[in-house]
Amino acid sequence: MTAYDEERLADLLRALPPAPSAWVRAAQELPLFQQGLGEILSRAEADAEFRSRLIADLETALEAEGYEADPALVEALRARLENPL
Amino acid sequence: MQESPESDAALVARCRAGQQEAWSELVERFSRYVYAIAVRGFRLSDADAEDVFQEVFARTYQHLDRLRDDTAIRPWLAQTTRRCCIDCVRAGGREEPSELELGEEDGEALVERLDDAMDVRAALDQLPEHCREILDGFFACDESYKTIGERLGLPAGTIASRISRCLGKLREALEGRNVPSTASGELR
Repeated sequence: MTAYDEERLADLLRALPPAPSAWVRAAQELPLFQQGLGEILSRAEADAEFRSRLIADLETALEAEGYEADPALVEALRARLENPL
Repeated sequence: MQESPESDAALVARCRAGQQEAWSELVERFSRYVYAIAVRGFRLSDADAEDVFQEVFARTYQHLDRLRDDTAIRPWLAQTTRRCCIDCVRAGGREEPSELELGEEDGEALVERLDDAMDVRAALDQLPEHCREILDGFFACDESYKTIGERLGLPAGTIASRISRCLGKLREALEGRNVPSTASGELR
């Protein structure tokens, strides 16, 4: 077992700064893009009426358009609509 | 102390089973590792580092089922990140890429150091929340005593002694456990 003195621990803690949170979130959403996240966001950006319906009632708007309202997809969409990247 | 963290292998298995929260956890667990290789090892610009970061996780997601050994996710990520960085540097026509300039041996040394740092982070995750916040804030996020104190509702004058105590706990956590060795990251 390697010895861990304070100086070495400090050095190793400094070695891994956090990645920007937006990068992490985008990578976490990769599987959701396969479920239509990218397509839905593009439509919401281009179609104000669709965007309004999503904001008003996300699950119902998704189901009305034939998307499966998977909880992870809904959560990611809600986050994106409230706080775009 | 916190519960023992899920092993890399178990996490990869859950990702392969299609669990979104497992994928989120995998990205969270390795985001700093990939980021550090790109920005510290290769000194990529923010824009290039972001491209590499996303490319690495996209490839990982795509190739999870081809990992020879689920415990090998970390070396697989290191290898993939280095390859993506080298491609990025070459595409940009930079003449003196950092890690390439350092040579293969130093590139290996960098990854070895980051592997040690990941082991320290795994031990950090076992500490009480206030220790995690203090040590991560001070060392990894470069926050001042004042910032940490304000965030945690503690007097700034007590942060130094708390850091020292938490480092002691971290050392005990590291020395009281066996850090699993990593397997090779070869693909099937």
